[in-house]
Order: sequence, then structure tokens, then C-alpha cells
Amino acid sequence: MRDFTLALAGAARLLAQGDPELWQIIRLSLAVTLSATLVATLVGAPLGALLAIARFPGRRVIVVVLNGFMGLPPVVVGLGVYLLLSRSGPLGALGILFTAKAMVIAQSLLITPIIASLMRQVVEDAWSEYREQLVSLGASAWRSGFTLLWDTRYSLVTALLAGFGRAAAEVGAVMIVGGNIANYTRVMTTAIALQTSMGDLPLALALGCVLIAIIIGINAIAYGVRNWAQRHYR
Amino acid sequence: MSGGAILPLRLDGIRYEAGGNVILRGIDATFGAGTRTIILGANGAGKSVLLRICHGLIVPTAGSVRWANGEARPRAQAMAFQRPVLLRRSVLANIEYALGLAGVAGTARREQAAAALARVGLSAIGTRSARVLSGGEQQRVALARAWALRPSILFLDEPTASLDPAAARNIESIVQAIHAAGTKIVMTTHNLALARRLADDILFLHDGAVVEAAAAGEFFSRPRTPLARAFIEGELS
Repeated sequence: MRDFTLALAGAARLLAQGDPELWQIIRLSLAVTLSATLVATLVGAPLGALLAIARFPGRRVIVVVLNGFMGLPPVVVGLGVYLLLSRSGPLGALGILFTAKAMVIAQSLLITPIIASLMRQVVEDAWSEYREQLVSLGASAWRSGFTLLWDTRYSLVTALLAGFGRAAAEVGAVMIVGGNIANYTRVMTTAIALQTSMGDLPLALALGCVLIAIIIGINAIAYGVRNWAQRHYR
Repeated sequence: MSGGAILPLRLDGIRYEAGGNVILRGIDATFGAGTRTIILGANGAGKSVLLRICHGLIVPTAGSVRWANGEARPRAQAMAFQRPVLLRRSVLANIEYALGLAGVAGTARREQAAAALARVGLSAIGTRSARVLSGGEQQRVALARAWALRPSILFLDEPTASLDPAAARNIESIVQAIHAAGTKIVMTTHNLALARRLADDILFLHDGAVVEAAAAGEFFSRPRTPLARAFIEGELS
């Protein structure tokens, strides 16, 4: 208990002082995870809409696999990206293993299925309501897809934040492909793992508090956006 | 997009089956320009499915839908549904969306959308969010959207069925105005009073088949079949 109290006091001091190492780690974490969320949204949302609207052989298989991939173990994704990017791997020539870019790739792969699956469900529900009207107005399948994505934009926020939360909290993938290099690829989760094992509990705890605060903050925003949209648009 | 070039619309031997049920069993009909045709029938007679086949939303199992200009699905047609589907954007943006799909762009699109809204008496709520409006207002917006497209033919599937009487009268007068402006009306209903007020021609369906096709006055005063007589007397519904 004394350890915990001391660690908490230390964490508070670090946060209050604006410790540069702490802020560097937080900044990189946010940059990596936000980039990954952006990439995953740009790929996952249209993919979800496509799966909701288009009918083609193998669609069900893709839907089931995608749903399963929502629970991909981060270390396995990390391993896969590691193999791709390692010097002898197919993308080894890029030379981006152990950089923030590799971490963005790994997290994007991790959360694209989450965003795609959630959006497929949302767009599919909207499509069953809108289909006749959109066909009646002469909207093409593509146009319908983007119209549906736009009309479900507030649910998209929820899907996007589910992805963001997952990416921000994972440690396995970024550890493997980033390498947890100080001031370069060290993010909140990998730093917490390392500091804890080294016994630097105040820094680990400070980072933990910030991580939780960010995730709660993001979810509060999502909740607010949805409520507002519900009142404003039905 | 104007004129009666796409009419008459001819249905030839339309048959529709779904999940082992026969919904329509060989419908022949012609929808000529100018008149208001009411498709009457009890629930389950196949009215809505027939309307959707005419509009090209459903492909019939057998039979043909032929427009006078030979196109498979001419653009100069529109449909209003029992439950209007409006997009999550403003009232005006909903109408502009439809005009955009019809190839109207820029200032013309904005002007035509505003004019269409004015015709249904909703100019004051153009900037409001469409889906928070009352059911009656939403249906008026849906009609404004359909009308904005200047269709030669407008299909209406029970447009007043889920509305209160005042809202229903409002919709009825808009349908009359759309017709007066030169659009062919084809509307389903099981509401006899509404049919008496609006119809020029009646297509009476029962159990997926046309039982009677007649001018409205004749249909209501001298129904030729026992089924039609029973329906008019309120025994079928």
C-alpha cells in the first residue's frame, strides 16, 4: 500500500511538473493511434458499407472472418507485421521496422476489422430502411454507399472511437514492431510495461492515469455526440 | 423530363412469387397519361407489390413492364411511400439530393428545391432537420421531393395511411395539385372515401389478380363483380 501511495504521489508530481519524457511519450502515443484510427476509418468504413450493400459470392465468409478479426490478438498482428517488414520480409526494403510508421501499420491492421464490422452492421440497418427510396431516386450503388455512410456518420464516430480505444490500449503489436525505443518508438503502453518491470512505478502509474483519462474523455465525447445527434437528426 | 412520352405504361401478365407464395397472378393493365388511377383492394391483395414492380423496385417473376418510349426504367417517374424515408440532413438538402441525382446542379438545384418546398407550403422549415418533423410534414417533404423531379408519373403507396385526418387531407390536396400540374397519378389505398374523392379510374385487386378495371364513377355506382360490390359495401378489408 505504501508503494502505491508513493507511486501515486510521484505520478502526480510528474504530471504537475510537465515532465518532458512523459509528454514525449504521450504525444507519440496519440500521434500513432490517431494516425492508425484515420487509416483504419478510411479503409474500414467504406469496406463496411460495401459489405452491407453489395451482394457477391463469398460475402458471408468475409463478414464472419471480419467479425472474428475484431478480437485479433495484438501480438499476433505485431508478429505478422514484423515478418512483413523485417529485413528479409517482402516489405523489408522499406526499412521501417522499429519506427512509428510500423506501429501505425500494425495498429491500423488491428482496428480496421473493428471499424469495418461495426459500420457494416450500422449501414446494413440503414440500407434496409433507405434501399427502396434510394433506388427510387436513381442512386447508384456507390452513391448509395456514401449516402448511407454520411447518414450514419454519428454511429461512425462510435465505431471510430471503439477502434481508437483498442489501439490506444494495446501493447503487444507496438512492442514487437516498434521496439520500445526511448524518445523514438516508446508509447504509453510499452513504457508502462517497461517502467513497471524496472520498478519505476511513478512514471508507469502517471502514464496509466493519463491513458485512462484519455480513453474516458474520448468516450465521453462519443456519448455526447451520439446524444446530440439523436436529438437533432433522429 | 416532361410530356407524356413515357406513357402509357403497359403491364403484361405480371406474376410475382416470393418464398413460395404467389403474390400477383398475371396482371394486365395500362396506365395512360392524364388520369388519376387508384389501385384499390384489401390488405394483402398485392397493391404495394404491383406498384413497386411498376416503379422498377421489384423485378416480376414473369411478365413485362413496358414504357411507351421503350426504356427499361425511365427517369421521369417518382414514388412516395407509406413511410417517407428522409435523409439525416435539412429539409431543403433532402430535395436537393434528389435533384442532384436527377442531374440538376448549382443555382438551379437550389431554386427548384426551394420552389418545390413552397408548393407544399413548407418554405418556413427548409433549414430544419428533416427527420424530426411530424409524420405529416415528412410526407409533405417527400411529396415535394417527388414533385421537384417533375415526373410524368407519380406512384403513391398508401401515402395517408399512417397519418391523422388533418395531415391526410393536406397530403390529398397536394396529390391533387401534382395531378393538376400534369402528372399521372397511380395510388394504392384501401380507403374508399379517399378513392371516391380522387379516382378517375379504378383498378380493383383481390388476391393478386385484377378483378375490375373501370372508370371510377362506374365502379362505385355499378360494380360488375360480387367481390367489388362486397368491397364497396365494406365487407372486405
